Amino acid sequence: MKFSTIGVVGAGTIGIGVITDLVLHGLHAVVVEISDAAQRKAKAEVLKNIRFAPMFSKTLPRTSREDALRRMTFSNELRDLARCEFVIENVPEKWEIKRPIYEQLDSFMPPAVCFGVNTSCITIARVAAVTQRPAQIIGLHAMNPVHLMPTVEVIRSEHTSDDTVATLQALFAQLGKQAIIVNDSPGFVSNRISHLFMNEAACVLQDQVSTAEQIDQIFKQCFGHKMGPLETADLIGLDTVANSLDVLYDSFQDPKFRCCPLLRELVEAGHLGRKTGRGFFTYPEALDL
Amino acid sequence: MNATDEKPIREKIRAFILASIHVPDLADDDNLFESGIVNSLFAVQLMTFIEKTFGIEVGMDDLEIANFKSIEASADFVIRKKAQPETV
Repeated sequence: MKFSTIGVVGAGTIGIGVITDLVLHGLHAVVVEISDAAQRKAKAEVLKNIRFAPMFSKTLPRTSREDALRRMTFSNELRDLARCEFVIENVPEKWEIKRPIYEQLDSFMPPAVCFGVNTSCITIARVAAVTQRPAQIIGLHAMNPVHLMPTVEVIRSEHTSDDTVATLQALFAQLGKQAIIVNDSPGFVSNRISHLFMNEAACVLQDQVSTAEQIDQIFKQCFGHKMGPLETADLIGLDTVANSLDVLYDSFQDPKFRCCPLLRELVEAGHLGRKTGRGFFTYPEALDL
Repeated sequence: MNATDEKPIREKIRAFILASIHVPDLADDDNLFESGIVNSLFAVQLMTFIEKTFGIEVGMDDLEIANFKSIEASADFVIRKKAQPETV
């Protein structure tokens, strides 16, 4: 199967990366995003990503600004996805937002179309249960910057069919990506582990054991990680991290997933990390770049 | 361009990097990428900062890590670009 047009729901941080990846590889992205401001930002960010992509990967295709613009269509109506061959959903990690989107998509999308749930923690089975096509629902946990990451955590629920897995792998083949396929469980592999790191790092900071810089330096300089837990949280978005911790806490009823009060305070103050210019760290140029 | 012109360019780049990546200090020739100090996301921010601050354009042929690998390399890049005649 060769894909040409992919639907993208939600053009936040990860959605922008998904659009970039599709456009770079010659696919057409039909993007549904309800916020006009987010649409404008997404278009600008995608163009910036495409422009600078050759510096970070010699294997990524080069794409002109004109071609990139031709390959992106923005809308605020889900029904504009009707002709898409696959849909990738990237809306915030809140069930009350995700649920109605799947119910609506399921009502008008052709029955053969598969939906990729780009989720951090919500289980794929929960999404599948609100559709009439549970075998065609598959999780894909892409990470930022999506177009530079060669591998994606893919989640199959007990309903996901082999055909759906093969369909997603065919799409990934066009994008030059590999899948690591894991079973369905809240937070899957990556976030069930990484969010404990990030949350505990916030607790260590709150307890004044060390500075934010020291926490991240220990992970980078002693463990050899590329990024520390606090700058990773800032990159993901502190609202997303807090939402994901809430889902993990609700799912497992285990206090180890309880969101650190400092993390919650930052979110309530609107300090959401890199995207707002301030989180655990400050990003002086983030707002106007 | 002489040494007195180079210094403010270097200092502006240094101030931006230090304010953005949360390390106490950097030598002019510290390799930002090899040391793991920065990642690709920051590199894009740095290039965008350089374009806006110094009124130059990073072209397709300039997209090499070597041009931005350190404060010194970034300042040299700005000086080279500013010395080039503008094309219409």
